[in-house]
Amino acid sequence: MSDFLKIQGLQARIDADGTPKDILKGLDLEVPKGEIHAIMGPNGSGKSTLSYVLAGRDDYEVTGGSATFKGQDLLALEPEERAALGLFLAFQSPVELPGVNNANFLRTAVNAVRRARGEAELDAVAFLKAVRAETKHLSMSDDMLKRAVNVGFSGGEKKRNEVLQMRLLQPSFAILDETDSGLDIDALRIVAEGVNSLRSPDFSALVITHHQRLLDYIVPDRVHVMAHGRIIHSGGPDIAKTLEKQGYTQFLEAAA
Amino acid sequence: MPAVTETRETVEKLAKSSYEWGFETDIEMDIAPKGLNEETVRLISERKGEPQWMLDWRLKAFRAWLEMEEPTWAHLHHPPIDYQDAHYFAQPKKKPGPKSLDEVDPELLKTYAKLGIPLHEQALLAGVEGAEERLPVAVDAVFDSVSVATTFRKTLAEAGVIFCPISDAIREYPELVRKYLGTVVPAGDNFFAALNSAVFTDGSFVYIPEGVRCPMELSTYFRINARNTGQFERTLIIAEDRATVSYLEGCTAPQRDENQLHAAVVELIAMEDASIKYSTVQNWYPGDDEGRGGIYNFVTKRGICRGARSKISWTQVETGSAITWKYPSCVLAGEGSVGEFYSVAVTNNHQQADTGTKMIHLAPNTRSTIIAKTISAGHSDSTYRGLVRMQPKARNARNFTQCDSLLIGDQCGAHTVPYIESRNMTARVEHEATTSKISEDQLFYCRSRGLSEEDAVGLIVNGFCREVLKELPMEFAVEAQKLLQISLEGSVG
Amino acid sequence: MTQNAAPALEAFIARSAGQGAVLAETGLPTRRVEAWRYTPLRSIADTAWQKAAPLTTETVTALLARLVLPETGARVVYGNGQLMDALSALPEAVRQALENVSPLKGLFSATLNTALGERGLDICVPAGTDAGLLTLVSLSDGQDVSTHLQHRIVLEDGASLTLYDVSAGEGRYIANPRFDIVVGKGATLRHVKVQRESLTGTHLAIVSADVAERGEYDSFTLNQGSSLARHEAVVTLGAPHAMAHVNGVQIVDGQRLNDLTSMIHHAAPDGSSRQTVKTVLSDAGQGVFQGKILVDRVAQKTDGYQMNQALLLSERAQINSKPELEIYADDVKCSHGATVGALDDEQLFYLRSRGIPEAEARDILVRAFLIDALDLVADEGLRDLLLRSMTS
Repeated sequence: MSDFLKIQGLQARIDADGTPKDILKGLDLEVPKGEIHAIMGPNGSGKSTLSYVLAGRDDYEVTGGSATFKGQDLLALEPEERAALGLFLAFQSPVELPGVNNANFLRTAVNAVRRARGEAELDAVAFLKAVRAETKHLSMSDDMLKRAVNVGFSGGEKKRNEVLQMRLLQPSFAILDETDSGLDIDALRIVAEGVNSLRSPDFSALVITHHQRLLDYIVPDRVHVMAHGRIIHSGGPDIAKTLEKQGYTQFLEAAA
Repeated sequence: MPAVTETRETVEKLAKSSYEWGFETDIEMDIAPKGLNEETVRLISERKGEPQWMLDWRLKAFRAWLEMEEPTWAHLHHPPIDYQDAHYFAQPKKKPGPKSLDEVDPELLKTYAKLGIPLHEQALLAGVEGAEERLPVAVDAVFDSVSVATTFRKTLAEAGVIFCPISDAIREYPELVRKYLGTVVPAGDNFFAALNSAVFTDGSFVYIPEGVRCPMELSTYFRINARNTGQFERTLIIAEDRATVSYLEGCTAPQRDENQLHAAVVELIAMEDASIKYSTVQNWYPGDDEGRGGIYNFVTKRGICRGARSKISWTQVETGSAITWKYPSCVLAGEGSVGEFYSVAVTNNHQQADTGTKMIHLAPNTRSTIIAKTISAGHSDSTYRGLVRMQPKARNARNFTQCDSLLIGDQCGAHTVPYIESRNMTARVEHEATTSKISEDQLFYCRSRGLSEEDAVGLIVNGFCREVLKELPMEFAVEAQKLLQISLEGSVG
Repeated sequence: MTQNAAPALEAFIARSAGQGAVLAETGLPTRRVEAWRYTPLRSIADTAWQKAAPLTTETVTALLARLVLPETGARVVYGNGQLMDALSALPEAVRQALENVSPLKGLFSATLNTALGERGLDICVPAGTDAGLLTLVSLSDGQDVSTHLQHRIVLEDGASLTLYDVSAGEGRYIANPRFDIVVGKGATLRHVKVQRESLTGTHLAIVSADVAERGEYDSFTLNQGSSLARHEAVVTLGAPHAMAHVNGVQIVDGQRLNDLTSMIHHAAPDGSSRQTVKTVLSDAGQGVFQGKILVDRVAQKTDGYQMNQALLLSERAQINSKPELEIYADDVKCSHGATVGALDDEQLFYLRSRGIPEAEARDILVRAFLIDALDLVADEGLRDLLLRSMTS
C-alpha cells in the first residue's frame, strides 16, 4: 500500500468573529506507512489547524484539496470513524469532562473502536488489566483513573493521559500536537517512549512541535517546515538541528 | 443483571423516539363509568371495602377540591384538563386468588417481562416456591391502581416491617393509617393533593418499627394500563425511632393518544434517628415527537423529619411525562434533622417539567442539601423551582443548593427559580446555579476517541448528572444512565 | 387577587383624570401576585393619597442641607413633583428629548406612574457628547401625599452621562418616580441612585432602560430609607454587545422593608450583564431581592452573572431572595449565586482578640461585606459620596 496518509493541496479556513480566515493554503504532505514525520514551524503557521482538520473538527471549513488515509477520503468521515480507522490525535490542551470517570471513558472509547474494527469488546476485568499495565509503564497513579477526565490534571498528567489513550486505542497513525509543551524532561521521556514503543512497520506518526528537543527522543524519518499554511521545505532529521540553531528565517526567505 | 441486559436489548431495537414500553396489555378490566362526583368517591370507597372514617375523609377532601383552583404559577402550558372525562376506578377482574402459578394471568407475566422486572422477581410474583430466598428486592407491583401481587410480606413481617397496598393497610392497620394519613400532606394542601385524597385507589404503605433496619430495598413498579384511567397513587411511609428504610419507585406507561392525568401523593414520616431514602426513576410516556399524548404528572411528595437527627433523602431521575409538576419536599422539624434532594430532570421534544423541592427548616441545627441537574433538548422547557426557608427557630441551620442546567439545541428553555427565605441570622444558605451547553470541544474530544455523537452526549450528560446518579441504589443507577441517553436520542446532530 | 376596594386605589383613580382604567383593572398588588409576594403594599392601601402641594424654596433648601451631594456638575431639584427653577440648571450639552419612549406595561409601579404622571427630567445628550455629571434631587414633604415624576433620558450614539439620583424627604408620602432611559449605540449612562426617603415614606421607583449596540447602562442603587421601598429596574439589551450593570446595596433597620427587583432582558446576541447586590439587615428589617435574567432564543453568546448576598445582624431580621434564570438560548454562560448568613464569629473573635471593640469589629466586617459591591462604582468621588451618604 503506497498511499498511507496523503494530503494534496489542502485548504481550510476558520470563521473568526464572522469573517472567514484562510489558514491552510494548499498543503501537500505524504507520510508513508511505518514512518515518523515531524512538522516544525513558527506560531500561526497552521500546524494545529492541520491536526484538527485531519481529526475532523467541524469548526474548520475545508475549501479545497484532499486528504486520504489508507486509501479512504478522510475528509468525508466523522471524527469517530477516523478514530476507528486508526487515526489518533493527541491534543495540545485536552478538554476537561467534569463528572466523567476517566476509566469509564477509556473503556467506552476502547470498546467503541474495537467494535468498529470488528474486534471483541473487553470486559471490565480484561480492560482493567490492560489499563494497569499501561499506567504502570507511564508512571501514572491509579488515582488518575478514578478522577474525572482531565479535570484537575496537571499539564504533565494531561499529556500522559493522552499517551495512555493512544496506547490503548492502538492507532496506526498518531498526530502529536505539541505534546512536548509544558513537559519536564522526565515526562517528555515517558511520552517519547510511549510513541517509540508503538514504532513498527504498521505505525506512522506526525509529530508537531516547536522544539527540536522532542525530536532527540522521537527521531523522525523526515522533517517538514511549515509556514503560512503550507509545507515550505522537507528533509532529513538534520533540518531540525538547523532550525534550532538558525531559526526559520532562511526557510521563509527561500520559500518567498 | 437481567433487567439491564434486557433493557439494553430492547433499546437497541428501538426506532428513534418511539417509546420503549408503549404497549397495552389485554386484560379483563373492571372499570367505573367516566366522571367525578360524590358518587364516584363513594363507589371507590365501597369497592375497597373501606371503613366509614375513610369515606368521610375522602368526601371532605372532595368537597375541598371543588372549592379549589388548579395552580397556574408553574412554567407549564397545557390544554384545560376535563376532570369529568376520565375513569377514576379500574381494576383487573378478580380471579380466585393468586396463590398458585396457574392463577397468575400470563398477560401479566408478559407485562412484567417488558417492564424489565428481573425474571427471578417475576417468578416470585408468580409464586414460584423457593424463589423468595434468592431475592434482594421486594416488589409490590402496582398494576393499574390495584396491587395484584405482594411479595416478601412474610419475610418482612418477621422483621416487623409492614409493606402492603395502602387499601389493605386501611383495613388491616386502620389505627396506623388513621394516625398518619394526611398529616404531612393534608387533604386540602393543594388542588392535586385534594383530588388524590378524594379518589386515590392504591399505593403502598410501609411501616418500619422502632430500631428496625428494613432488611431489603422496597421497590414498586407503577403502570397505567387502562384507557382514560387516571392514576392516583397514595403512598405512606413511617419510620419509627432508629428505623431505616430505602424505597424505590419506578414508573413506565404505555403509549396512547389521550393525555392521562397522574396525581400521586407520597407522605414520609421519620421519627428520632430514623432514616428514609426515597428514590424514583420516572419514565412515564412523554408524548410523541410532536408532543401529542403523554402523561400529565402532578405529584405531591413531602416528608417530615419529626424526630431529632432523622433524615429524609429524595433522589429522582425524571425523564418521562409530557408535563411534570413535582416538588418532593422536607419539613425539618426535629433538631439536627437532615433533608436531601437530588434530582435529574431531562426533557426532550415537547416535554415540560417544573420540578424542584422545598426545604423548610423549623428546628435548630437542621441541614439540607439540594443538587438539581436540568437538561433540556428539542422544543422542551424545564424549570427548577425550589424553596429554602429558615424559620426563626432554625438556629445554625444550613442549606447548600447547586442547580445546573444544560441546554441541547436552541429551541428549548431551561429556567432556575429559587426562593430563599431566612428568618434566622445564624442560619446559613448558599445557592449556586449555572446554565451552559455541551461544549463542542468536549463532543469533539470524545468523538476523536471513537465515540458516536450520541454516545458522546450520553457520556457527557451522565458526567453532568453524576453527583445525583451516585445517590441512586445500584440497580437503578445503571438503568437511569441508560434512560438518560434514550431520552436524549435524536436531540443532537 | 387585588385590593380593589382600598381607599388608596380609589384616590389614585379619582386623581388620574380618566386615565385610571388600567389602574382599576390592575388594583393594588397583594402577596398573591408573584412579583409582590415579599413586598405587600398593605401599608399604603388605607390612605387616600392626595396630590402634594408645592414646596417653598426655603423648605427645599433646608431639606437639601441635610443631604450629601456632589459639589461639582449640574444639579436639578424637584420639590413635591415640581421643578425648583431657582435651584436647578441642566448641563450645557443637554437639550430637550424629542424621542418618544415606549411605555412599560404590566408593572404596578409603572402603571401607577402612568396614571398620575408629573413631568420630570426630559433630556437628550447629543451624539458623541459627554455631558458629565448631573445630580437629580427629588424631595418630598407632606402628609398622605404622593408624587409621580416621569423622567426621560435619551443618550444618542456615543454620548455619555453620569446621573447622581437622590430621593429624600420628610413626612408620610409616596414617591413613585419613573425613568425611561434610552442608551444609544456605544453610549454609556452611569446611574448612581441614593434612596434616603423619610423613614415613614414609601418609595416605588421604576427604571426602564433600553440599550443599543455596544451601549452600556451601568447602575448602582443604594436603598437605605423609607418604611417600604422598591427599586425596580427593567433593562433590555436589544442589540448586539450591549452591556448592563445592575448593582446595589441595601441597608435596612427598624421595621422597614427595602426591595431591589430587576429584570435583565437579553434580547440580542453577545450581550453581557453583571449584577452584585448586597443587603445588610438589622433590627426587624426585611430585605427583598428579586433578580431575573431572561435570555431570548436569539441572544446567543450571552454572558450573564449575578450574585446576591445578605447579612443578618439581628434575630428579628429577615431576607427573601429570588434570583431567577429564564433561558432560551443554548450557547450562553449564565450563572447566579446567593448566600444568606450572619457575621463570621471567627472573624469577629479575631478582630476582638486584637483589641478592637465588638461594635467596631462588627462595623469593619459589615463594611468589608459591602465593599465589593461599592467598588463596582468606578468613579472614586461618587464612591466616596456613597460611603458618606450611607453613614450620614
